[in-house]
This record gives sequence, C-alpha cells and structure tokens, in this order.
Amino acid sequence: MKKFVQDLTVKSVEILSSKHVLLKLTTEETLPPTIPGQFVEVRVDNSPSTFLRRPISINLVDYQQNELWLLIAMIGDGSQQLGKLKVGDTLNCLYPLGNGFTLPNDSSEKILLIGGGVGIAPLLYLGHEIRANKGKPTFILGARTKNELLELDLFQQLGRVFITTEDGSMGEKGFVTNHSILQKEKFSSISTCGPKPMMMNVAQYAYANDIQCEVSLENKMACGLGACLCCVEKTIDGNICICKEGPVLNIKKLLWQI
Amino acid sequence: MADLNVKISNLQFKNPVMTASGTFGYGLEFADLVPLHEIGGIIVKGTTLHSREGNDSPRMVETASGMLNCVGLQNKGIDYFCKHIYPQIRDIDTNIIVNVSGDSAETYAECARRINELDAVPAIELNISCPNVKEGGMAFGVSCAGAAGIVKAVRAVYQKTLIVKLSPNVTDIVSIARACEEEGADAVSLINTLMGMAIDIEKREPLLSIRTGGLSGPAIKPVALRMVYDVAHAVEIPVVGLGGISSTEDAIEFMMCGATAIEIGTANFIDPTITKKVKDGINSWLDAHGCRSIQEIIGVV
Repeated sequence: MKKFVQDLTVKSVEILSSKHVLLKLTTEETLPPTIPGQFVEVRVDNSPSTFLRRPISINLVDYQQNELWLLIAMIGDGSQQLGKLKVGDTLNCLYPLGNGFTLPNDSSEKILLIGGGVGIAPLLYLGHEIRANKGKPTFILGARTKNELLELDLFQQLGRVFITTEDGSMGEKGFVTNHSILQKEKFSSISTCGPKPMMMNVAQYAYANDIQCEVSLENKMACGLGACLCCVEKTIDGNICICKEGPVLNIKKLLWQI
Repeated sequence: MADLNVKISNLQFKNPVMTASGTFGYGLEFADLVPLHEIGGIIVKGTTLHSREGNDSPRMVETASGMLNCVGLQNKGIDYFCKHIYPQIRDIDTNIIVNVSGDSAETYAECARRINELDAVPAIELNISCPNVKEGGMAFGVSCAGAAGIVKAVRAVYQKTLIVKLSPNVTDIVSIARACEEEGADAVSLINTLMGMAIDIEKREPLLSIRTGGLSGPAIKPVALRMVYDVAHAVEIPVVGLGGISSTEDAIEFMMCGATAIEIGTANFIDPTITKKVKDGINSWLDAHGCRSIQEIIGVV
C-alpha cells in the first residue's frame, strides 16, 4: 500500500469532551486507499517536548467528502497542541501505516467490535467498512464515564451498541469485558482496541470461547515504517515491528501471558 | 548546479548525503516517500553473521531534541540478507553499504568476507560502536587495540571500501581513528550514539529494558561536530560525519569541519524525505555562494 507524506488541511475541529477532539482533515488530491486499523504518524509543530511524530489511529476515511478523521486524546503536550489546531491549519501526515484489521469474508458473520476509551477510534472505520459490505457489526464501547463515550451516535448508525462505564453513569457499570451480552450471545470474531489490560481481558474471553480475535497494539514507536525496530512486540515469529506488521495482530501470534 | 561528487578511496558518491544505519531500514521502507537514487549512499541496518533478536521492549525513549534507543542489533543474519534482502536492493541506483557488526574478530571478518562477494555492495561500514549489545559492538571501539584488532582482521579478507564507525563514548576518539587508519581503514564515520539513560520516576526504574541506550538526534550535534573536526584534522583518510544532522545547514557545518560525506539518521523519522531535501539544499547553497563544487567547502574550518 503506497505511503505518503503530505500536509493535510484541517477542515473542521470538533470538541467531543474536555479531553477529546475530532480533527477532520482534507486535501486537494484524492485521499489514498486505507484500511481500518491503519494509522497516521503526525508531525506536531509548536511543541518543543514533542520530538518524534505521533501515531494516531484513523478514525474514519470518508471518501465522498475526501475527509480523513483523527480522534485525538489530549494527554501530553503534543496531543494538546494538536487539539489547538484551527480550521485551515495544516498537519503534516505520514500515512497510511500498518496493516489494519481483517475484514470478514461473509456478511452473515457475527462480528463483535470492542473499544475502550479513545481506542474506539479505529472501530468506527472498521464498523463502517463492515456495514458497507452488508455486515452487521455489534459494538461494546467502554469509558470511565458517560462524557468520555465518544461518537456514540455514529456507532449507533452502524449496528447494535452496548455500553459500559466504570462509574455506571451510562450503560452497564464496569469494564467492557463484564458486559452481560458476552454471556448471552456467541460471536464469530472480535476486533478490539483500547488499553492493554482491557485487550488482554478480551483476548482471554476470546480464547476461552474459541473466537477469532484481533487486537490493535500501540507500542512506543519512532519511524512508523518498520525501519528503526523500536516498537517491536514478541510474537511466535520473534520480535516484529508493530508499526509495519501491526498494529493489528491476531492474538494467536502474541505471547501474552493470559 | 554544483558538482556534488565525493570520493572515499576509489568509490564515487554522486552526492555526500547518506543514510545512517538503523534509521533507514534497507531503503525499501522509504521507497514510496523519497527517490532512493537521489541519495548518495544507503547504509543498511547493522548485520551480523548470525541472526539476533535484539533487546526486549521498551527500546526507545523520546528525549529533549532526541531519542534513546536500545534496539540491540536485531537482524536476521548475513545468510538471510544475502538470500532475501540483497536481491531486492541490489538494483537501487546508489551505493548500497552494509553496516557490519560482530562479537569477535572472527565473526566480523566472516561477515565482511561474505559481503565482499556481493557485486552491488561496494563498501561496508564496520560497527565497532554499538552501545546496546553486551558482547562485541562498542567493546571493540573503546580502545585502540580493540579497534585495531577488528579492522586488521576485516581488512585481511575485505578488499572493497572499508569505513569504520566510531563510538563517541571514549576519552580520545582521535587516537581510535588513527588506530583504524593504521590498520588500513579507508574512512572513519562518526559519531555513533552517546550512551544515556532515562528514568520513570513513578515506577522508580529505567525507561529502557537494558537500562541504558544510545542518544541520537539534534541534541548530540555539537558533540559530533567537535569530534568530526578533531578527527578530520588528525587523519589523512576521509571522515564521514553524522550525529543529529537534520538540515542542509547542519550538513554543511559537518563538511566545513572536514567531513567528506555525511549521514542522516534520526531525522529520517521526523521527515522521511529529509535526505533529498538536504542533498538539494546543499546544491542550492553552493550555487547561491558561487561554489562550483562541494570540494570547495570540505574542511574549510
């Protein structure tokens, strides 16, 4: 898949919570082909403490509008600078990077997408593509609290959405892996993205129930191109670069102690 | 259009801009982003006789104007390189240089001997300065006798252009450069990364898996520049300068200090097209300053 380094223009900035902002980027050229689960390495200007690019999941690519969406969690100085971008500003993007999720062959497959926190970002695009192929994704989305559940309306347009919050302010109280739907229904595959402990619990559930499962990792990375070998994960095939052979990996490849 | 050609021993480079080992993969990783044939030389990932898994994660920490890494020479070994990677890169129209590492004079020499047989690899860069492996690597590069021993063993079996990459983690880099020159090195490249640390203060433990790592990026440029200056004024063989080069101006500084060519490393992570920009930038700078050839600025300081 051909990679590009381009200045994309900020078309809109939507504040989704006190900590989250959605950037919709565009360019005069047609956006290149991308796969859900792939990411962008953005260069953060005006942040002296942010030396390296920052990997950000692709939240959605809307080819009709020629928009690439990045959902930013404002945590450190770099992401806070991204949150300060204004309409018309440019953002230097290296993309599309990584492998992406496996799309189901069969639209009748019962596919579960589990996202926690800002980890829901790539699942919107994945759900969108599953829907476009006539599939019906089910989502379990989790957050600490109601206000941090992001893009709910968009997810609800794509399929069934089940919610958990740690404080019980919306949906079932607890973590995504405690949601009762997991005991009531059997799914054929799971795609998940979120904090590592959450994904480990999802992987454990998938193993126990013999379900195909892919997780999206976010090891610390530098180049994003598989050149520097900084972001490796130990797998059954040895150390592999998460930026190139990931970020999405089948749990059968991982050596997680679960 | 100025003449950008430079020479190391009898090897011609179409321009003085190369990529530093470990920051540019095998070139292929950047092929979509930058025209590889416009780069003067591509120095590929450090290669050893046997495959190495490298160190555990975490291997990288971002620091002020730079980064620490402790990758630890992860590579699949020379057999895999010859069989699977070399066929993919041999036709790239630039000087493909293999960075060679080992854990003894014998393994360095054997690896070099194998590469000597590859027609499309006109040079090697001998890495006696990797700070991230327990045996070998930097252990050889921190003493004159250690450096000399490796260069001698490799020179005996390697007939093409031999560049030796030096460690800055020494008291006197000039004496090490001289030891390499005496044993027949065709050039020295400097500097490799500076050893450093970073701590997670909440966990009260180092941020890198093996505690220490090599510091690279703009943070180390002034240190590198001073060392290039000192070495270039002490040896007769060409010096290849590297350490934090991120712009045309940085590259010109190194060349004015005596570097015949330069390598760009960590800056490739920030701007994957930086090599072409620096090459074009040097050309424009020379034109703007009425220089007809790059030779007019090498070592003028």
